[in-house]
Amino acid sequence: MALELRGITKQFPTVLANDDVNLTVEPGEIVALLGENGAGKTTLMNVLFGLYSPDAGEVVIDGEPLELGSPGASIEAGVGMVHQHFMLVPVFTVAENVILGLEPLKSLDWIDRSAARRMVLDISERFNLAVDPDAMVEDIPVGVQQRVEIIKVLVRDARYIIFDEPTAALTPQEVDEFFSIVRGLKEDGKGLIFISHKLNEALEVADRIVVLRDGKTVGEADPKVATEGQVAELMVGRPVDLVVHKERADPGDVVLSVRNLVVLDDRDHAAVDGVSLEVRAGEIVGVAGVQGNGQTELVESITGIRPSLAGKVFLAGEDVTFEDPRDIHRRGIAHVPEDRQEAGLILDFTVAENMVLDSYYDRPFSRGILMDWGVATESSQRLVDEYDVKTTRVDVPVSTLSGGNQQKVIVAREFDREVKLVIAAQPTRGVDVGSIEYIHSRIVQERDEGAAVLIVSSELDEVIALSDRLLVMFKGKIAGEFDPAAATTTEIGLAMLGSGPDND
Amino acid sequence: MTDATSVDEAGATPPPDEGTPPPGGDQPDWLPRITGVGESVGRALLVPALALVLALFVGAIIIMVTDVDAWRIMGEDPLTALGQMLEGVGVAYRELFFGAFGSVRAISETLFTATPLILSGLAVAIGFRAGLFNIGARGQMFMGGLFAVWVALHVELPAVLHIPLAILASIIGGGLWGGLAGFLKARTGAHEVITTIMLNFVAAFLVLWALKTSVFQEEGSNLPQSARLAESARLPPIFGSEFRVSIALFIALGAVFFIQWLLFRSTLGFEFRAAGSSPRASTYAGMKVPLLYTAVMFISGALSGVAGATMTLGLPPYSVTSNFPGTIGFDAIALALLGRSHPYGVLWAGLLFGALTAGGRTMQAAAGVSVDLVIVMQSLIIIFIAAPELVRAVFRLKPIEEGPTQMTKGWGA
Amino acid sequence: MTTVLESSQIVDKNRATPEERRSSIIGAVLIALGLYVFWAFGLRVDGDLDATFNLSLQTDRFKDLAWVVNARWLSIAVAAILVGLGTWRLTRSALRWTNISLAVGFGLFSLAFLAWAAAGSQFSMVGMFRSTVILAVVVVLGALCGLMCERVGVINIGIEGQLLASAFAAVVLSSAFGTFVGVLGALLTGGLLGLLLAWLAIRFHVDQIIAGVVINFLALGLTSLMSARILSDVQSLNAPARIPAIRIPLLADIPVVGPVLFDHTYFVYGMFLLVILLHLGLFHTRWGLRSRSVGEHPKAADTVGINVYWIRYRNVVLGGVIAGFGGAFLGLAQVARFEENMTGGIGFIGLAAMIFGRWMPVGALGAGLVFGFARAAQQKVAILNTGIPSEFLLMLPYVVTIIVVAGVVGRTRPPAADGQPYIKQ
Repeated sequence: MALELRGITKQFPTVLANDDVNLTVEPGEIVALLGENGAGKTTLMNVLFGLYSPDAGEVVIDGEPLELGSPGASIEAGVGMVHQHFMLVPVFTVAENVILGLEPLKSLDWIDRSAARRMVLDISERFNLAVDPDAMVEDIPVGVQQRVEIIKVLVRDARYIIFDEPTAALTPQEVDEFFSIVRGLKEDGKGLIFISHKLNEALEVADRIVVLRDGKTVGEADPKVATEGQVAELMVGRPVDLVVHKERADPGDVVLSVRNLVVLDDRDHAAVDGVSLEVRAGEIVGVAGVQGNGQTELVESITGIRPSLAGKVFLAGEDVTFEDPRDIHRRGIAHVPEDRQEAGLILDFTVAENMVLDSYYDRPFSRGILMDWGVATESSQRLVDEYDVKTTRVDVPVSTLSGGNQQKVIVAREFDREVKLVIAAQPTRGVDVGSIEYIHSRIVQERDEGAAVLIVSSELDEVIALSDRLLVMFKGKIAGEFDPAAATTTEIGLAMLGSGPDND
Repeated sequence: MTDATSVDEAGATPPPDEGTPPPGGDQPDWLPRITGVGESVGRALLVPALALVLALFVGAIIIMVTDVDAWRIMGEDPLTALGQMLEGVGVAYRELFFGAFGSVRAISETLFTATPLILSGLAVAIGFRAGLFNIGARGQMFMGGLFAVWVALHVELPAVLHIPLAILASIIGGGLWGGLAGFLKARTGAHEVITTIMLNFVAAFLVLWALKTSVFQEEGSNLPQSARLAESARLPPIFGSEFRVSIALFIALGAVFFIQWLLFRSTLGFEFRAAGSSPRASTYAGMKVPLLYTAVMFISGALSGVAGATMTLGLPPYSVTSNFPGTIGFDAIALALLGRSHPYGVLWAGLLFGALTAGGRTMQAAAGVSVDLVIVMQSLIIIFIAAPELVRAVFRLKPIEEGPTQMTKGWGA
Repeated sequence: MTTVLESSQIVDKNRATPEERRSSIIGAVLIALGLYVFWAFGLRVDGDLDATFNLSLQTDRFKDLAWVVNARWLSIAVAAILVGLGTWRLTRSALRWTNISLAVGFGLFSLAFLAWAAAGSQFSMVGMFRSTVILAVVVVLGALCGLMCERVGVINIGIEGQLLASAFAAVVLSSAFGTFVGVLGALLTGGLLGLLLAWLAIRFHVDQIIAGVVINFLALGLTSLMSARILSDVQSLNAPARIPAIRIPLLADIPVVGPVLFDHTYFVYGMFLLVILLHLGLFHTRWGLRSRSVGEHPKAADTVGINVYWIRYRNVVLGGVIAGFGGAFLGLAQVARFEENMTGGIGFIGLAAMIFGRWMPVGALGAGLVFGFARAAQQKVAILNTGIPSEFLLMLPYVVTIIVVAGVVGRTRPPAADGQPYIKQ
């Protein structure tokens, strides 16, 4: 009785994502699959779940070979997956999402809605997963959405459950709650695979740790004896320094001042609901919070991309509330957008074209309406060298670069000029450890050179490590301010859940 | 987003657009540049060539199947009937070929037909580059033509000034009509595919009405037809009045080089291409995407408008009727696709379609096969170009890993 | 959806919310309309002239119902209501009832316009409403076809071609083998073109809009070619038997409603039935739930074992069959012969109706009726001697379409995965 992956190999056009990977999970066991971004963890699990067809290898479940490349067959065989990006239809109710694919019917094709609700409530009570079956998924918080995903898996009688980065979007309290759910499932005899790049969580919850690097299994570790440092070295392949090195901040004048800002989201809800904050020269202010609490809209509004409904934004004392993104950019804002591939880069443009994406309109890259591609190419070449972007040439499409190098292209483009204010949203999301270290050191360097820095991240560890001052956003409001050196994650976590001192 | 992000994206990302030369632009060999197909000429030309062959083949079948006379004797004498069908195909394609290249007149006709095709093809191509699908070339031709005709009828000037002024009027007319669709898209999100098609109908009715008013109509006539245009506004034929090809051909060639320069050498072109690839990233980079949509639709409409001018000022007997754009507005789409939205590609595709259409007219007259066959062949060419895998499958070529070619955006709400 | 704002948070307002802006723009439009009605219809019509709106047809059981009204006073009353409505919009930032105000406004405007056009003569109101229903059929069926496709994430811009090709098939087959074969052939033709669209879009990832455009060209080219090569030679193939109307006993005798709704060919009843079936199907059955999930989040559907490709194929083909039904109506009932390019853009109007109806079958019906009304009014007004050039009346449905897609409806939300190819690794 076990789930076995044997010799899984998956080749993508440019990367060998999995190279002869073996993995075994037994019922009642929690296996943590650790690895850096891009190590091939998610690919492996998508193969197991039937979303990808591997080029070689087989999967055997309780002695039976699994038909590959079909989620239906995997579900049938008792494999369930809680995806990192939830596989929920936002405009469906919780119950509709749960029953999708195994709809209870009254007659003909007519859906039996009360049976559907009962299915949800049964599981919900049995495993202590509180949800409202009639709520619209787009209206419920991320933590609850994850419960819906788990219910979806349990309704299908999964015996082996994969959790792909399940804690990425949760508050510390929700993580604890999640771990108790996971332990409950283990008691119930389920075999669990826990994918993560967070060492402490793996060490806390797993019975066994398997480490993946560059698509290969590079070793196993026993969480009872292994240390974080050992596992980290296994993951990265060299000793890593997990601490951000920075001196004490020496804040100067106020650079960014936001007052009572109200911003609407795409559905015309007030996503930012009366936010006031200040960032001074030479300090890093972090904004933590569960995703979807208005951080995106806040950043978009400060940078002029999304017009505000009310409130004011001042930059170095000047009112920029009504300025457009280009004017604000010219005032010396470096903006590293949250969504690298959609907002930060044009993927089918070349590295050089992306390097001048927001400065092409002016000297030296153009004169009047005439572009000077010679200058642009030279300048890009210089930036590629200076910021250690790994690419063969600057005239290849930026889509051929790895996530970390794509992010470095953005950082190079934004930081290579007189910068007064850095706004970086999720600056290291989906980036390898080497690039993370590099990007963090660059951000600290900008601060030390006198720039004001605003970091928005849903990775609590990251904001705590980087910030000199930490704000927490909840439901469009600032729900608390902390000294990251002194505050505990519990305190911060409570604020992320909206029960901080400043909140009702 | 973690882990497999980069891997996943690498798997799903379309390969670099072959039409875009690297920004360095100093490509040494002339062949890719002149054909506009990027680096691997052989590979890029193979599919279009095979698509043409396939379209001719399917066209032959259609000619055979619709041969009513042959079907009448099929029951009694199938062999003769079949022979008759094949002969029909032979005659049709022979006439098609000679109608396109068989004589000086044929070549003149090919070039004459290609001229507005190239212009309107460029119009569609530049739209594609900016992520917009302009199906409104027909309406923009109507408006450009109408404006040009107004100048031709109501302004008195020597030819050196009269012709440029009339062309300018067509640029304004077509540009405004196209720009309107761009503006609606920018301001309200109305999808350009629907608005441009609707504007085609509106323009057609406007022209029909205008040609019946005293401003345009020949005195004493009650047909929807304009008075004869002033001599000074007529586009002079290049090889004498016997042949229809006029200086409009040079205007079209000039437009090709201008658009090539605009797209790949100017800041505006950079913005167009950026907005076409990723409106979101362009907005983040400080570009005003709504403005770009309006601008690109103005330019696109202006190109179509000039095409309309060539079909009025350059079309003997210089008396404009109510359907002067013909099917050009639609051929333009096929052409832009065949030319891979690259100005030089559009030039070659325009010449090819010019030949097909000019030959098609001869074919219709001499072989009784309606020129509508050309529309069918053009749509087949679009299918084969848009689905290269299909062509490869038919000819049992090795498949090449290619991402989806998504040239247009969804409803963009 | 209302904006959630706590007034205490608003210190200084930078701009109006989109809804507020829309409300006030519509207020301004209504006032402008009202003033125009007052000037153009109220002041410039002869004060003695009555407009006679006939409310029955000669074939009705209860004949000679009519509504006689003074054109000037009606226009002035309408103008007053429009201005009042608009002022209410502008002064109160009344965010609700925006669309209803707009609908009422345009209805009243149409009434005043018709009274002006019919002043001093007769105007068959019932005839116009009856035509509205008939002229809506192809639009609604086209919209339903589009909706079937877009609900599963495939944009179908080839509805026009599907209608045209199936109308051709219906006419030719019906002329040769009878009505039954004709209709069947039309359904099949529509379905096959749907299959072609699905095949290109799903199997080859061809850009869906381009695939749709190709279908339009192909249908136009092939039908024109065959029409020129075959139908002009063999006239008998272009003479289908006209499909008779089925008078529903009793219901058809109800004044006004009877002739408008209950005296039609089975196509019209079929359309109403389809709207109801699709609406229930989409929102209450397994088929609907799965279809919508594929259009909203195909990967989520895939992860629970739903075959995304199969569902897309199936619905796009079914959508084609619905378009085929519309084509059959066009070829056999509405026109009863084939003419080159006889669809004249109606497929695109159907597409606009789908957007206007917010991807809902019932919405599509409502939108289709609006377009049907525009065309019916145009036809009836063209008979009256109003001095408006016929070309401008003919433009009307197309202009209405532009106005509609340009956002009279406000913000709409298409299925999230609309137009995106789904690619498995």
